[in-house]
Amino acid sequence: MLNQELLKINNLSTSFQIDEEYYAAVDDVSLTVRENEVLAIVGESGSGKSATAFSIMGLHNRGKIEGEILLQGQDLAKLSTSEMNKIRGKDMSMIFQDPLTALNPLMEIGVQIGEVLLLHNKNMSKTERRNYAIELLGRVGIPRPERTIDQFPHELSGGMRQRVIIAIAIANQPKLLIADEPTTALDVTIQAQILDLMQELKDDLNSGVILITHDLGVVAEMADRVAVMYAGQIVEESDVESIFVNPQHPYTRSLLSSIPATDYAQDRLHVIQGIVPSLKHLPRTGCRFKERIPWIDDDAHEDHPVLHEVSEDHFVRCTCYQHFYFPDENKEDQANGVTEG
Amino acid sequence: MWKFIVRRLIITLPQLLLMSLLVFFMASLMPGDAFTSQVDPSLSPEAIEEQRERLGLNDPWYQQYGRWISNVAEGDFGTSTAHYRPVTDLIWERMINTIWLSLLSVIFIYAIGIPLGIISGRWNDRLVDQIITGYTYLGFATPIFIFALVVLFFFGFTLGWFPTGGSVASGLEPGSFEYIMSKLHHLLLPALSIALIGVVGTVQYLRSEIIDTKQKDFIVTARAKGAPESRVYNRHIFRNSVLPIAAFFGYEITMLITGSVFVEQIFSYPGMGNLFIESILIRDFPVVTAVVLLFGLAAILGALLSDIILSIVDPRIRIK
Repeated sequence: MLNQELLKINNLSTSFQIDEEYYAAVDDVSLTVRENEVLAIVGESGSGKSATAFSIMGLHNRGKIEGEILLQGQDLAKLSTSEMNKIRGKDMSMIFQDPLTALNPLMEIGVQIGEVLLLHNKNMSKTERRNYAIELLGRVGIPRPERTIDQFPHELSGGMRQRVIIAIAIANQPKLLIADEPTTALDVTIQAQILDLMQELKDDLNSGVILITHDLGVVAEMADRVAVMYAGQIVEESDVESIFVNPQHPYTRSLLSSIPATDYAQDRLHVIQGIVPSLKHLPRTGCRFKERIPWIDDDAHEDHPVLHEVSEDHFVRCTCYQHFYFPDENKEDQANGVTEG
Repeated sequence: MWKFIVRRLIITLPQLLLMSLLVFFMASLMPGDAFTSQVDPSLSPEAIEEQRERLGLNDPWYQQYGRWISNVAEGDFGTSTAHYRPVTDLIWERMINTIWLSLLSVIFIYAIGIPLGIISGRWNDRLVDQIITGYTYLGFATPIFIFALVVLFFFGFTLGWFPTGGSVASGLEPGSFEYIMSKLHHLLLPALSIALIGVVGTVQYLRSEIIDTKQKDFIVTARAKGAPESRVYNRHIFRNSVLPIAAFFGYEITMLITGSVFVEQIFSYPGMGNLFIESILIRDFPVVTAVVLLFGLAAILGALLSDIILSIVDPRIRIK
C-alpha cells in the first residue's frame, strides 16, 4: 500500500536570465514524494537537480518559476516570501552539501539551532530552546552536546558540522527533508554514518526525503524511487530496483556502466562522451542526450521527446532507448574520444 | 580570550622599547643638540665644553638614553626651546583639541560610512549603489588638502557660516555654554572635511564585504531556516561583513592622537598635527621628539586595540 502523497510537483520550470533572455534550468519536471519515502534525484553537475531542490525551497535566486509545487495541497510557487518563511525550516527543510561553509562562523552552534526554533515557535523560552537544542545534538549523534552547544563551527570536524546542519534541519520535525548532496564533502567512513542517521530520522519523523546526489552507491542504499535528470529534464523515473536491474534510458545505462567495478579487473572506466550542454546552449527541440550518443541513428530519437511508461510506474523519455546499444570496444573508444597508440 | 590579550600585551613591550630607541637616535642624528640653540655665542669654547660636560651631553649614548627615557616615563619631555614652556604642557593643550576634532571626525565617518556601505552592498549595481560608488571614487581621487581648502573657502569665507581658524572664539568663559558651542562651531567644518573624504574607505570596504558575504553558503542556510530578509541582513550578513571595519577601528583611534596634519594646518586649528609642523619648521627639537614618540605610541596602541577588538568579534582568532 502506498503512503500518502506529501509533495506533488506538476510541470515545474525554473528559468534564469542570461543576457536578457530566460533559459530553463529545470524544464517541465513533475515529481511525487510520499510520506516516509526517499526520492533520489540523480544526474551530473548542471543537470538541474539542485535547481529543482532550490525551487522547491523558494531559494532560487531571481529565477522565474512556472508550474505547481504542492506541499500537502498548498502551492508553494504562489506564496510570497513571508509566507514561504513560515514554511521553510518548519514544514520543509534542507541539508546542504558543504558543512564547512553552511554554518555561520561567528555564531555558537546553540544559537544557530536556537534560531530555527525561535523563528517558528515564538512562545518557547530561551532555556527551553537551549535544552531542546542539546537534545537535538544528542539525537544526531554528537558525543558531548552540552559542550558542543557553546562551541563555534570552526571547532568541529566536517562530520560533526554536518550533524549540526541535520539537527537544524530536523529541529521542527519537517514533513519534507531536502538533502542536496549531503555526503559529497565528507570522508567515506563518515558518509555511511550520516546516511544511516538520515535513514533513522526519516523513519522517526515519517518524513518524505528528496535526496540529491550523483553517487549511485548512495542511491542504492537510501532511495525508494529514483528520478534521473539530464539537462533540466527527467529522462527516467521508477522505483530503485528497476533503475538498477532494468535501466532503459541511454543516459541511465551510461551512468550505471561508468561505476567502477570492484568484483573483476577492469582496464578502463566507462566514460560518457562530452559534457552536459550549458544552459545557454541546450538544444530546444529533440532529444537532449543525442549529442552524447552519436552512434545511435538520428531516426531513433523523437522530435519532441515525452515520457513513456515502459512498465508499471517506470517512465523513460524519448524513443531512443529502444534502439540503444553500447558500441563495441573499438567503437566505444572512438565514441569516448580515446585515441591511444 | 584573556590569554590572547595578555600575550598580545607582552609582544607590545619590545615594540615600545625599539620605538623609543629609534626616536632617541633619530633625535641625536639631527644637527645640533638641545644646547646649540640656547647658547650665548659670546661664550668661550671652553665654557661651552664645560657646560656640555655638566649637562651630561658628553656621556655615552646609553646613559643619555637612560636619563631621557626615565624622564619620559615620568612625563617629563624637557622644555620647548621656542616657547620656554614644559613640552608636556604644550602637548597636553594641543592634544585635547586634536582629540575633540578626531572624535567628531570618527563619529561622522561611522555615522555616514556604515549606512552608505550597507545600502550600497545590499542593493549592489542598482542606481543607489552607483551613486554611492561614484561618490567614493570622487572621494578617493580628491586630496584632502584640496577638499579642505574648497570647503574652507566656500563655507567659511564666502558664506561665512563657520569660523575660518582657531579652536574657540576669544573672550568666552571656559566651561560656559557659549564656550562649548563656540568650540563645536569651530570643530564642525574641519571634522566634516576629514569625514567626507575619510569615509570612502569604510564605505567601499563594507560594500565589498557585504557583497561577498551575501553569496556565502550560510546565508542560504539562514534563508532555508525561514529567516526573514531583515534578520538575514542584520544577524548574518552585517555581523560577518563588519569584521574588517572593526579591525580598522583601532587605527582610527590612532588618529585621535595624531590628528590630521593637513586639515589642522588649513583650518589653523591648534592641534597636534599643527604643532608637529610648527615645531619642525622652527626646529623645536624637544617638542618634535616628544610628538614623534607619542605618534609611535599611538600607532602601537592602535594596532593592539585592533587585535583585541578583532578577537572579541571573531571567535576564530581567540586562542583556546
